[in-house]
Amino acid sequence: MMIRVQSEPFDPGKTLNAFTTSAGDSAGAVVSFSGIVRDTPDGDLRCMEIEHYPGMTEKALTNIAQTASARWSLSAVLVIHRFGGLRPGEPIMMVATAAPHRAAAFEAAEFLMDYLKSRAPFWKKEIRRDGSEWVESRSSDEAALKRW
Amino acid sequence: MRVLYFAWLRERIGLPEEEVETGAATVSDLVAELRAREERYALAFSDLRALRVAIDQELTDFDAALDGAKEVAFFPPMTGG
Repeated sequence: MMIRVQSEPFDPGKTLNAFTTSAGDSAGAVVSFSGIVRDTPDGDLRCMEIEHYPGMTEKALTNIAQTASARWSLSAVLVIHRFGGLRPGEPIMMVATAAPHRAAAFEAAEFLMDYLKSRAPFWKKEIRRDGSEWVESRSSDEAALKRW
Repeated sequence: MRVLYFAWLRERIGLPEEEVETGAATVSDLVAELRAREERYALAFSDLRALRVAIDQELTDFDAALDGAKEVAFFPPMTGG
């Protein structure tokens, strides 16, 4: 299980290759998701500022990953989440799961994403040319947890 | 007790954390004490439905007891991912 909370950029492709190698030969399926900073339709996003709660963040992510590992018998699981100021197009976060078969890998990746959205202590603020605004949580994100 | 604030709550109160001397029994009691301090606290804590709380880095609710708590954090709903 690998959990990384960092301000530094990362390369999702290289990270996925290393993850696949580390998952071992029993893993017949690897699923990954990368979240990228999305510009506004008007192209006026200067930066996405990501704040987090050092200490609690690592605990929450570890807890979410452990729950997924126990529920789907994963061969390997990876969570990376960045903080600090990120520009449009930069990777924010990534999850990857490895399992003997694909259903478990897909489901566990979705589970990780759903929990990471509303149970890991991160907050996003959009810094635009004409001002800044905290991103509001969506009720659909909270509702997504109910299916698990 | 160490009290932490994040995101817009931190901005409205004007500081990321502070030491608070309190005999509050629950999170709600602590919020009532903070609200009574100054206008900026009263405004920041005006709608608890818009806030979440963690005791010693574990999510909990506003009815939770503060018994032995070292760290209490208040913040808006999380927006990770």
